[in-house]
Amino acid sequence: MYKVVSKKFFSDNVVSLDIEAPRIAKARKAGHFVMIRVDEKGERIPLTISSADIEKGTVNLVVQTVGVTSKKLAELEAGDYVTDLVGPLGQATHVEKFGTVLACGGGVGVAPLLPIVEALKKAGNKVISVIAARSKDLIILEEQIKEYSDEVVVMTDDGSYGKKGLITEGMEEVINSEKVDQAVIIGPGIMMKFASMTTKKHNIPSIASLNTIMVDGTGMCGACRVTVAGKTRFVCVDGPEFDAHEVDFDEMLSRLQGYKDQEQKANDDYSCVATKKRK
Amino acid sequence: MTNLTDYLKQERNAAWREELRKSKKNKERTTIERIKMPEADPGERSRSYVEVNSGLTHEQAVGEASRCIDCANPTCISGCPVEINIPKFIKNIECGEFLKAAHTLKETNTLPAVCGRVCPQEKQCEASCFYTLKLKKDPVAIGYLERFAADYEQKSGNVSIPAVAESNGIKIGVIGSGPAGLAFAGDMAKFGYKVVVFEALHEIGGVLKYGIPEFRLPNNVVDVEIDSLKKMGVEFETNFIVGKTATIDDLREEGFKGFFTGSGAGLPRFMNIPGENLVGILSSNEYLTRVNLMGAATTGTDTPVMKGKKVAVVGGGNTAMDSVRTALRLGADKATIIYRRSEEEMPARVEEIKHAKEEGVEFLNLHNPVEYIGTEDGKVKQVRLQKMELGEPDESGRRRPQPIEGSEYIIDADTVVVSVGVSPNPLIPQSLPDLKVTSWGTIEVDPDTFQSSVPDIFAGGDIVRGGATVILAMGDGRKAAASMHNYLTSKANS
Repeated sequence: MYKVVSKKFFSDNVVSLDIEAPRIAKARKAGHFVMIRVDEKGERIPLTISSADIEKGTVNLVVQTVGVTSKKLAELEAGDYVTDLVGPLGQATHVEKFGTVLACGGGVGVAPLLPIVEALKKAGNKVISVIAARSKDLIILEEQIKEYSDEVVVMTDDGSYGKKGLITEGMEEVINSEKVDQAVIIGPGIMMKFASMTTKKHNIPSIASLNTIMVDGTGMCGACRVTVAGKTRFVCVDGPEFDAHEVDFDEMLSRLQGYKDQEQKANDDYSCVATKKRK
Repeated sequence: MTNLTDYLKQERNAAWREELRKSKKNKERTTIERIKMPEADPGERSRSYVEVNSGLTHEQAVGEASRCIDCANPTCISGCPVEINIPKFIKNIECGEFLKAAHTLKETNTLPAVCGRVCPQEKQCEASCFYTLKLKKDPVAIGYLERFAADYEQKSGNVSIPAVAESNGIKIGVIGSGPAGLAFAGDMAKFGYKVVVFEALHEIGGVLKYGIPEFRLPNNVVDVEIDSLKKMGVEFETNFIVGKTATIDDLREEGFKGFFTGSGAGLPRFMNIPGENLVGILSSNEYLTRVNLMGAATTGTDTPVMKGKKVAVVGGGNTAMDSVRTALRLGADKATIIYRRSEEEMPARVEEIKHAKEEGVEFLNLHNPVEYIGTEDGKVKQVRLQKMELGEPDESGRRRPQPIEGSEYIIDADTVVVSVGVSPNPLIPQSLPDLKVTSWGTIEVDPDTFQSSVPDIFAGGDIVRGGATVILAMGDGRKAAASMHNYLTSKANS
């Protein structure tokens, strides 16, 4: 059992949890993820670690409520427990001094982007971050990103905060004003697809951190497989980061929908039960 | 070896054994027909998770046990990877001493209730039974009897816990809680070591839990055996990936003096044919893990599973049989095995193939998928198959399948389970650069001692063999325990 030490909402449906896991806190590096199972009936889902506190022995996870598991996570309070947490998993981010790095985070993808931005900054890079979301209340961790970035551009689809427009527009603006040596892209699949097309157009080497369906997270099930440079790779053990220009995003997006019907039904059932409980 | 022979002879000369042998003439024993395992009705069981084999009754077990003629030279034992004293346990059953029979099993086998269910006895002990070798008759049903004795003990509520030597205070780490790790842990605990088993998943048991379905090996049977290990003092840490959560070096610093890696062959192989990443195509590991480990078929759990109506399973091993029979239980109208050789070459246990047929599984033997065809939204809808014929034998001694030109045709399938083997899990080798691995990715060990190129690390089971059986993994675990004990003892004395 792993104790939830603190919890706060970044917005109505984005929640940040610090969970006690001293060994993971000590071992994790930027880019690593964990598998989490909320309760005995729960499913195992992957979540990228956004930060860790070695002294307190906690890891921080940021979750957007989309399905049953993320809703259950959001309902936990400090002092509650999750049944299982295992990690750190995956390959750590390759960090070196590239020069100028463009860090692109869409929606809740800004959370896993944060430790990478921090590591890149500490490695001596100039870091320009573009963070984007549909609207102001979905922009998260802006202050923390600012701490490790030389410049931060905020984009919202509806213009309620920062500049109005898609993340790719913010990226173009940066790319047109200075030479970018490397890009890091994390966010929803569709955002990563278009952000990758943008950097490809400008020949900027890019990595994307993929968040696919996984069961075990250790290479055993193959649910997470994606095509990269024409070859099947496992996100859990080969990734989660890959050359963004070589990822078959359309296939990945299609595979993410693999259990859509079951997930939708589970979600409806869960909302129904939750409503009854509240009454 | 002499020791074993002497011990067996001594046991056989016990008065009760002699008396029992004399109580019935061999001629009489050998005319008894081999017992048939009582089974759940195929129509009913293929829609439920009830265990297919129901187990022998007391009378059936005693009757079957009386077939065994208690040979002077029990060849059956040499067919058993953990060298169970087979005649002794069977003779105990014959005279109604069922608990003593179970104790005999436990002298050398940590998981008898498991082995009685999943061992390929027809290739091991029963293949070298006197009946098979000399009489050309059906062998004594050693597997059924093993299961009977082990189940009897489990149900008696009087499960014996093997004696454990006084603690020597030496800490040993076991990586993986599958059959190899559990067998190793049991023996090391008996020697007096403090054993901690690290498991990556949230459940203990490895392939016994995530892989083998409930209808073949109920989880509670495994849990009783694990419970015995806990009572022997073995500790288990779930959600712990050695090499990730902590490194071997971290654990050495924490006082661990030796390690046994039984991390298994976890990575599913795919065939790299067009369309293989379509939605609805998954590995048998994923399919079985969702159902067996995550309880996806049970209401009230969160993990989903594909409930296809037309399910094709590619492969001919036990895992393929488990998958195709699981498909029926998930409500498939049609469940088909696609296998590139003929039934004769199938690696699956004879009993699993028989059960699958009884339950209505269709077999497309001498067929191989060459392409998957999808719908517009990326879901599999069809499989393009090629017919095969058998050519000359290959390195494995099995006749090599060859495609027949122009024989391709298409079948419908909304779910495809790929069960064409596994590769060794790279997590442990990746985290230990000094560890020698083969070109297959398996850990290189001394074939007698199971010691790896890193002296304090031993290994066994599928991470060494690449893909084998529960009982071979257990045999490795036991041999590794004996040789690690030797290694640590001689190191302490030098």
